[in-house]
Amino acid sequence: MATRRVVVHYPRHLIEAPLVSQMVRRYDLEFNILRATITPRSEGVIVLGLEGEEGSIRDALSWAGAQGLEVQPLERDVVRDEKRCTQCGACVTMCPTGALSRDIGTQEVGFSAGDCVACELCVSACPPRAMRVAL
Amino acid sequence: MAKTIREINEKIAAGDVVVVTAEEMIDIVEEEGATKAAAHVDVVTTGTFGPMCSSGALINVGHATPRMKIQKAWLNEVPAYAGLAAVDIYIGATEMAEGDPLNRDYPGEFAYGGGHVIEELIAGKDVRLRAVAYGTDCYPRQHLDTWINIADLNECVLSNPRNAYQNYNVAVNLDPERDIYTYMGVLKADLGSANYCSAGQLSPLLNDPTYRTIGIGTRIFLGGAAGYVFWQGTQHNPTVARTDKQIPKAGAGTLSVVGDMKQMSSEWIVGVSMYGYGASLQVGLGAAIPVLDEEMARFTAIKDEEIVAPVVDYSRGYPYGEGGPLGHVSYRELKNGKIAVQGKEVPTGSLSSYPKAKEITEILKDWIKTGHFLLSEPVQPLPSVDSGLTFKPLPEREVEEEV
Ligand code: SF4
Ligand code: SF4
Repeated sequence: MATRRVVVHYPRHLIEAPLVSQMVRRYDLEFNILRATITPRSEGVIVLGLEGEEGSIRDALSWAGAQGLEVQPLERDVVRDEKRCTQCGACVTMCPTGALSRDIGTQEVGFSAGDCVACELCVSACPPRAMRVAL
Repeated sequence: MAKTIREINEKIAAGDVVVVTAEEMIDIVEEEGATKAAAHVDVVTTGTFGPMCSSGALINVGHATPRMKIQKAWLNEVPAYAGLAAVDIYIGATEMAEGDPLNRDYPGEFAYGGGHVIEELIAGKDVRLRAVAYGTDCYPRQHLDTWINIADLNECVLSNPRNAYQNYNVAVNLDPERDIYTYMGVLKADLGSANYCSAGQLSPLLNDPTYRTIGIGTRIFLGGAAGYVFWQGTQHNPTVARTDKQIPKAGAGTLSVVGDMKQMSSEWIVGVSMYGYGASLQVGLGAAIPVLDEEMARFTAIKDEEIVAPVVDYSRGYPYGEGGPLGHVSYRELKNGKIAVQGKEVPTGSLSSYPKAKEITEILKDWIKTGHFLLSEPVQPLPSVDSGLTFKPLPEREVEEEV
């Protein structure tokens, strides 16, 4: 048995299609939705934990790709070095999921790791480079 | 009754000064009115924390034996300017390390530059100094490769030609397809995002909009220590259009500032990498503004709703000078997270840290309350609204090569 974490991007036109449940049934996988978000551009992003035969997982992922989903392995996490973060707010418009967001009252920029899909868009956009990829 | 800076300093020395932050002053003037507020508040503290590209460090490294007239120098492989005497060098915040791929691999990371060197010096880290020279009778040495540390340097002075911009552009990107990488951060295509860079109601020069109290010689908070204003900043442009409260509607006044890096902290001076643009330095700067009279009370009570900034397109408008601002928005709207540009709702991000700016106002307040920071009478005022001074473009003239 193998386990794998993957990030699945749903383009806008597929957002209603039950592709993930079809995939896990078809390839006999156990699955766990770790995070699911709809981005401001109305694309869906799901982080899935998959468990099954190594070969089935591979076939399942290529099947999902053929259906029009974009599938990437999630081998890393993005973390914030709190000491390095200066609360500048340069990352908030980059983050597709709202994991990085600013409190209107205090103007503090919060990072909610649970909403992060490790897309890494904030990593280079953060001027002090407080957002880091943790392997 | 009007007060003088000397009277306020006497109160600071006696420990009975009334000092509030620029945020607190808003409510005080709202509740009591400017006359009453001016009577009992003596000082209002302001602050700003953001990337200030026109910054650098002037360093005297001391003389080695045999002596050397440094001709070219590098600090951690970042070139420093050495065209000053023998061992004075200046490192600018935006200089990049030798060998950096820059924008050849677009957008470049710009991982390490002068701003990072300055931060590391302040943090007390050893920095590698490499230098070459042609050699003279009095300065025979031609090569130097060593480690330096701020503790051993004769002077290490942050000398920033332009900081603390009084208001600034809000940057957007009108290109329908392409994200752009600017000194104002990453701007998403098709009005996908807007970035601003000012502390707004906390910002020093927005609380003294006509430079009545901030001038040459003014003591300030710079990088966690006391520093000074030594001139108007480069591009100081006091004559731009203003609101009826004297707030400039675009980038206007600026400050040249100095301070001893040995007293500073890397919490307030942070090297940064602007993706696809270059390196820079986040600088924390604050000013304590004396509430001399009712007008100063009104000035220091300025709030985000009343400060507007121009929205500028950085795909064509800024780089090619095409078209004017796309409109004006207030800092209240910017801080609320969305602005409307050309009928579209645009999410806002910022480069200037309001939480850090606020912390500066609190620290300055504490310094003043405890008698550690006295106000200073400007030696000379900065050119103001009536100076006729403007920020000129470069008129290019044809250069004919001599044959
Ligand atoms: S861009 Fe980086 S430093 Fe700025 S708020 Fe975001 S995580 Fe913090
Ligand atoms: S990697 Fe950064 S931009 Fe992407 S979801 Fe996580 S926090 Fe947001």
